[in-house]
Amino acid sequence: MALLEIKNLHVEIDGKEILKGLDLTVGAGEVHAIMGPNGSGKSTLAYVLAGKDDYTPTSGEVLFNGKNLFGMAPDERAAAGMFLAFQYPLEIPGVATMTFLRTALNAQRKKRGDTELSTPEFIKRVRELSGKLGIDQDMLRRAVNVGFSGGEKKRNEILQMALLEPRLAVLDETDSGLDIDALKIVADGVNRLRSPQRSFVVITHYQRLLSYIVPDIVHVLSAGRIVKTGGKELALELEARGYAEYQEEAAA
Amino acid sequence: MNAEITPMKTAAETALADAFAKARGRLPGDDAVAAKRDAAFGVFAQEGLPHRRVEEWKYTDLRALMRDAKPLAAPPDAAAKARAKTAGALVGDIETRRLVFVDGAFVAELSDLAGLETGLTVGSLAAALAAGDGTLAAHLGKLAPTKDVAVALNTALMGDGAVIRIAAGATIERPLHLVFVASDKPVATFVRSLVVVERGARAMLIESHEGPPDADYQVNAALELFVGDEAHVDHVKLVGEGAEALHVSTLAAAVGAQARFNSFSFVAGGAVVRNQLFLNFDGEGTVAAVRGASLLKGRQHADTTLVANHVAAACQSREMFKTVLDDEAHGVFQGRIIVRPHAQKTDGKMMTQALLLSERAEADNKPELEIFADDVQCGHGATSGALDDELKFYLMARGIPAAEAEALLIQAFLGEAIEGIEHAGLREALLDQVAAWLKARTK
Repeated sequence: MALLEIKNLHVEIDGKEILKGLDLTVGAGEVHAIMGPNGSGKSTLAYVLAGKDDYTPTSGEVLFNGKNLFGMAPDERAAAGMFLAFQYPLEIPGVATMTFLRTALNAQRKKRGDTELSTPEFIKRVRELSGKLGIDQDMLRRAVNVGFSGGEKKRNEILQMALLEPRLAVLDETDSGLDIDALKIVADGVNRLRSPQRSFVVITHYQRLLSYIVPDIVHVLSAGRIVKTGGKELALELEARGYAEYQEEAAA
Repeated sequence: MNAEITPMKTAAETALADAFAKARGRLPGDDAVAAKRDAAFGVFAQEGLPHRRVEEWKYTDLRALMRDAKPLAAPPDAAAKARAKTAGALVGDIETRRLVFVDGAFVAELSDLAGLETGLTVGSLAAALAAGDGTLAAHLGKLAPTKDVAVALNTALMGDGAVIRIAAGATIERPLHLVFVASDKPVATFVRSLVVVERGARAMLIESHEGPPDADYQVNAALELFVGDEAHVDHVKLVGEGAEALHVSTLAAAVGAQARFNSFSFVAGGAVVRNQLFLNFDGEGTVAAVRGASLLKGRQHADTTLVANHVAAACQSREMFKTVLDDEAHGVFQGRIIVRPHAQKTDGKMMTQALLLSERAEADNKPELEIFADDVQCGHGATSGALDDELKFYLMARGIPAAEAEALLIQAFLGEAIEGIEHAGLREALLDQVAAWLKARTK
């Protein structure tokens, strides 16, 4: 059984249809890249999977691990193993990063019927993971993402992913705003988590990230639908030729 | 002919007049005090209960909100005293020197009167009035604004309260805790306290007000606080009255030169609460932080009215008040910074923020600046809004359930004010109170 099955998905925002019959199947352990021009619906797909309120599915279905995703609140999806790395991670003044991480981890464990992690165990885990991502202890002492640079925010997203160990991670333009060093750190963080049980949907505008996170399958999203699917070489092709032909195809 | 229209007296106004007439002869104090009472009562007789056409009371129409005036409290019985033993828990498990008042009357046997630190004098107002205490005579009524009707009623009917003096240079480590607790009787109490902190002395003063959840009672409490030059005073007011209670309290403080003054108001209880803070910065170079947090739900109405009056030059004051409102609660903040002509180099900043958790809740914020000097730095800000849905989604997307996500955001909102409390134990106790309030909300 596929981990994620999206069938003929239509999604509206404020009455405007953004996704227009999207089909996508992601098997366990697979890395899928979704590329496409601006406005094609990439971020909408990410948000609708995570369960954002104002994104209304009007038809079609999404099965996550065989369960209807639309029957689940965002926190239930997260506990079931869905993770979205935000394109623009939010700043939460007044909420300490460690409190946030611990609350999230323990809420998920509780929902899955696991015991909560003890404080020393938790701190040890966070230290290990943050060290590998080049996140210093000072950042962890601050409020969530407050005063973080763009690159630090993206690394913090990867830290959350590593800590929460999702079944499916959707990375929404995680490469945007990263210099090449930060990009490598982030890609290494993702690659360390690759496993036969864990799948990734990597949403990006550029091929660059895919040199570091090598996908199994590449899709082109245009005007709310997957218009082409291929192997990793498709990404290079897109980089060389641009999206023009797909946009015309979608418009026709 | 006098064209002024005297409005019809309300039941509460009539009852207050009757109560004063009956009690006048037996209230404590000498002739001078009796004259003060009469003068104060005259203010009430003239003005009546404050109502919405009185600017300072525009959002808290006491005449309409006060359906009746309860009879003056009788001395507490043994059962009431027994119940009061566990009162004051709002401060958590911090070690304090407790002075306990039940229905407004000082209860010596419940109070910590042994082993007073050098320089500390404590007593009850009733005893001090009866004895014709000199400190009291010199200070009583000097700070509380006589034109304010709530203060006037307090002065007219004050029965008991705390009288505390801290001698010059003394440092009192153990916080002084005035524990005001109501019994289950439908009565009115008028407590008046006087605290004199002399030059260079240091102390923390906590006043907590509480009562049973179902008792219908009325509290009018006033505190006059003298902060001497170079003194350091932390004042904390905790309003945890029962859900039916009417609570009006006034802090009137005069702060000397080069002093440090912090005040924190925490309002979580009461049906109707009016928290008045009148602060005068009379000496140069003082640094003050005046903060507050209110947690309101149901049909609670809570009003914080603050006047920070900069009389002397080069003082810094920071005011920050945060209110969380759920259900049909109504929050009011009126804050005024006044900078008098000689108060050059004043640095005053005031911020008030309301977080509305329900569409039926209402927050009125009225920050004001009145500046009569030309070389000052003053500012104010006010915001009110709902929880940020984007932030809530971000938290939920990490697996945090909706109620917990909201709780985190509400705690973060209040945190900015509460974290300013220097006493770590009290800070923790208030954060616990917030957590308990949030937990009750999600049930």
